[in-house]
Formats: sequence, structure tokens, C-alpha cells
Amino acid sequence: MMRRFLSALASPQVIALVGVLLINWLLFPNFFRITWQDGRLFGSVIDVLNRGAPVAILAIGMVGVIATKGVDLSVGAVMAMAGAVAATMVVAGYPAPVAVAAALTVGLLCGLWNGFLVAVLDIQPIVATLVLMVAGRGIAQLITEGFIVTFNDPLLIFIGTGSFLGLPMAAVIAICLLILVTLLVRRTALGLFIEAVGVNRAAASLAGIRSRMLLFLVYGLSGLCAAIAGIIVAGDIRGADANNAGLWLELDAILAVVIGGTSLLGGRFSVPLAVVGAIIIQAMNTGILVSGFPPEFNLIVKAALIFLVLIIQSPMASRLVPTRLMTREGSK
Amino acid sequence: MSRSLRPLVATAIIFAIAYALAVMQFPSMFSTRVLGNFLTDNAFLGITAVGMTFVILSGGIDLSVGAVIGFTGVLIAVLISWAGWHPLTAFAMALAIAALFGGAMGMAIHYLQVPAFIVTLAGMFLARGGASVITQDSVPVNHEFYKWISEMMIRLPGGGRLSFIGLLMVAVFIIGALVAHRTKFGSYVYALGGNPTSASLMGVPVARTTIGVYMLSSMLAALSGIVFSLYTSAGYPLAAVGVELDAISAVVIGGTLLTGGYGFVLGTFIGVMLLGLVQTYIIFDGSLSSWWTKIVIGALLFLFIVLQRLIFAASTPGEKSS
Repeated sequence: MMRRFLSALASPQVIALVGVLLINWLLFPNFFRITWQDGRLFGSVIDVLNRGAPVAILAIGMVGVIATKGVDLSVGAVMAMAGAVAATMVVAGYPAPVAVAAALTVGLLCGLWNGFLVAVLDIQPIVATLVLMVAGRGIAQLITEGFIVTFNDPLLIFIGTGSFLGLPMAAVIAICLLILVTLLVRRTALGLFIEAVGVNRAAASLAGIRSRMLLFLVYGLSGLCAAIAGIIVAGDIRGADANNAGLWLELDAILAVVIGGTSLLGGRFSVPLAVVGAIIIQAMNTGILVSGFPPEFNLIVKAALIFLVLIIQSPMASRLVPTRLMTREGSK
Repeated sequence: MSRSLRPLVATAIIFAIAYALAVMQFPSMFSTRVLGNFLTDNAFLGITAVGMTFVILSGGIDLSVGAVIGFTGVLIAVLISWAGWHPLTAFAMALAIAALFGGAMGMAIHYLQVPAFIVTLAGMFLARGGASVITQDSVPVNHEFYKWISEMMIRLPGGGRLSFIGLLMVAVFIIGALVAHRTKFGSYVYALGGNPTSASLMGVPVARTTIGVYMLSSMLAALSGIVFSLYTSAGYPLAAVGVELDAISAVVIGGTLLTGGYGFVLGTFIGVMLLGLVQTYIIFDGSLSSWWTKIVIGALLFLFIVLQRLIFAASTPGEKSS
């Protein structure tokens, strides 16, 4: 167990994260300074955790989907829908826990709908989830009737901006989800089943895995995670913005999962490393901001990062350095 | 009637019914004016959708087209307004850059063997970021050439106008259909989308075809950016956000199979017109909000995907795709 933990620390993703943080530190010497104020921690690193949390939560849901050789493009739209549901219900006078539960239910239903299209109707995931990606934002606007619904509910605002044990609530939720999902897939056979479906769904079904059930599960989880992220984002700005909540975050989530070493061809995944990927993205965003570059460079840096990861992961690269990668894959 | 034509016919029938219903409610929608505006308003979407049809026929997807439209618009506006280039030289420059860009994406997809959507996603970030780095503001274009183009149109009886960009879209569709169905490149694209392994065994130049498809898509997106620039007389880095989704929707609604290897360029034309009809109807109605557009497009997308599944499940009995 200890050895596995140490070898995970030596993974390229963690090294990359340390590298990005070091560059940030060189550009901005106060980067690692953390202060204690009003019962919570403040500092750039804490800010990275706080702002990276929504993408990290999306990535936790997305990992399972990508591991089954799928992709969920609808998470951004589901975030907008969940935020819209929570905000309008609170404004309509329902107690906050009911609103949160309703928003989570909406997310779960969206995920199950995607799962239905993929598992039962056999539609390729990229198209199946495209339907909700296009329509979802429209539905969110329908719920908010085109307005930005603002609220003053203390519980929702606490979820978005509060703190627990000094850490921002968003980061705490992300960490809890990470531990929960990691235990779920690695301490049970679920992870193995997901990988089996990702490698070859037909073979997995023949081997007795209920692949249809499993697809419902991973897409449902992805929808649920998207709803959680949507509530956090809505709580953060104290309002539901159907147009902009979660816009393009599905792409960041996919990027985080890919950086985390999960194969887009299915069959190999890591939940913790996907979260590391999300933090790398946010650390870069923050680094670009604090170093005074215009934020537009963000997109270009992200594009360069995708190409870098793709080249490292590609079969061509493994032909160039065959022995090292072989041993890593062998040890998996 | 051949079975393979069914999705195309289904799309055409649905368009005819939808249009008839819209005309019954608003008789003024059946006029040359509205039809002419249909072509003009959807010109940039239609031209992109032709490129997207080729990409999807080859079994891929191109998420970068909206960003390429935005980038082209900004590049042209800056070259004309700030650097003083003639629009035609600026257009040539934009098309050349797009060709290189698409070629690079095609090479990455083929040689690195990674899914097209992640490569074109990187392309999308790159093009959108590049446009924002050039400028963050809307750059207006005031050039004689632009005025000359916008005044070039065919007047139809009944007050309708066929604008230059509308006709350009129709021309792109006709050329696209000829390339897809009558040239060697077209058959290579279909073969590649049907089954890459057997295509390469049959001697299809897979590398050249893949690179060619993405090059074509990016160049058509750049052409579409040029049209968008003529349409709005400005360049803005956030222009045409999400057009890739509309283009993909138009292709799917037009009956092209998303797994590749099957579809018609003409079907995409009907798909684009159907999307245009939804928008025009919502404008005519006035009481419906614009977000209904998204919901209706999503519903149409779902309808056609399910339709495709049913038709293809019926045509290949006994064979179940995984």
C-alpha cells in the first residue's frame, strides 16, 4: 500500500504539478504564503484548490465515463440546469435542503438519460451527450425564465463560499467525493468491470458483466457530479446564470482526465490523477493571472498542454521509449 | 426507393411538413423575401456544415470550426483595417493559414492515433486563444470592396434578394456534393468512414485522405469566417461560439451517420435549412424566447439519431454493433 502510494507520487502528473507550482512560485514569490484569517485559510494555493474544485468534481465523474470509452459533453449544461433548479426553488420559498436534493436529482436524471441513450439505444457517447449539451442550456434558461436568478439563502451560499476546518467548502466537497469514488472503484470490483467494458464491451458482456447497468452507473455518476459542481458555482456567485454557468467546463474536465493519464480509448483510468490534472489546469490559470500575462494566453497554453500529453501518450512515443512504458503498463 | 435513401427522404419530408405548418400559421413566411434571407442568414453555417459533413463521413469530428471562424474574422479585420491589405489578399492569407492548421490537426490525428475530438479540441483552444491574443475588441471593417460585395445581389420578384454570400453557400454545397459523390477523394472518404482497416487494405491512402479531410474542413471554416466577416463587417474573437455544435446538428439531422461512411452533402443542406426554419419561426412568433431554439434543435437531434438507429437496425438484421 505504502509502495503504491509512493509510486503514485512519482507519476508524471504529480511531477508536472510540482513543476507548475514551482514556476508560479518563481513568478510570484508569495505564491505559497498562507494566512489564517476569520477562521479560514487564505493564499494563492488555497485559491487554486477552491477554483479548481468544480472542474475536479466534474473530472471525478468524467473519469468513469471515459474509462468505458465514452465521453460526457453535457456536464456544463447539466451544471447550468442544476444551478437553475436550486436557485429558482430557493427563491420560490422551498427550504434549501429540498432545493439541493432536487438539483441533485435533476443531475442524476440527466446522467441516466445519457446512460439510456448510450447503453440501450447504442448511440455513440459523443453524440448521445451532445443532445443534452445543446438542449440543456435551453432548458436551464426555461427554468430561470431567461433571468439570472439571485438568492440569499445561507446554506447554498455556504456550499459555494463557506469553509470547513479552514478549507474552502468546494475543496472539501471535492476531496470527500474523491475519497468516496476512489474507494468505490478500487476497493470493490467495480473499477475492474469499468475497465473491462472500456476495453471491449461485447467481451465484457459475454464474461458476465452487466455492462448496460454499468454504463447507467457511470453516466449517472457523471450527471450527479455535474449537479454538485453546478450548485457550488451557483452558490459562489449567489445566483444561477443559465448562459454562463459551466460554459466550456466539459472541455476542461475532459482535459483534466486526459492529463491524468486515463486512456481515451478506454480501459485504463485513475480518479486521483484526474483530480491532479484538474489542479494542474487551475494552477496554470492562476499562474498566468498572477504573472501578469493576459488571460487569453490560457487557451493557447491549454492547447499546447493537450498536444504535449497526446504526444507522450501516443503509440509513436512508446515505440521510442519502449522499455520504460512497458514496465509501467506491466505493473498495472 | 432504395433503402439507403430513407434518412434523406425522412429529413426532406420533416422539413416540408415543418415549413407547411409554419406557413399555415404565418402566411408571409412563404415569400421570396424570407427564402432569400434563409440563404443569407445561414450562409456561414452552411459552408461550415459542408466541411463537417466530410469530416463526419470519414468517421471523425471537428470541434475547431467555430473557433476557426472567429480567428479568420479577426485576422481579416486586422489585416484590412490595421495593416491596410486588400481584402482579397487577406482572404487568401486566411485560407492558407487554415489549410496549414487543418493539415496539422489531420497529421496529429493520423500519426499520433488519438481520437479526433481531443485533437480538434486543442485546435479550438488554439484558434480561439490566437484570436483573443490578436485583439479582444470587435474590429470594424470599412472597405469599398465590402460595400461592393454587399450590393451584389439578384433581386427576385416579391421583394426577395439572393445575396452573394447566399449564392456562395449554394455553390459550396453543389461543389461539395460533386466532390463527395463523383471524385476519387470522395470515395476514399466514404471508404475510410466505413472501415479504416479494410480501406487501407484496399489501397486507400489513409494518411493523405485524413489530412485532406481536416484541411478541407478548416478551409471551409475559414471561408465561412470570410462570409461571416462580409455579413457583419467586423471581426470579433468571440464570434461564432458554438457553431461547431450547430454544424454537427445540421449534419446529423441531414441524415449523415455519425459513425461515418454513410450520408449525403445534400442532406446537410436540408439540415441547415431546418435549423434556419426553427430560428425564423421563433422570430416570427415573437412571444417564444430564443432559448427555445436550443431545446428544439436538441429535440430534433435526438429524433434523427433515434430514427437512424431504427432504420439501420432494420436494414442489418442479425448483426449487432457493440
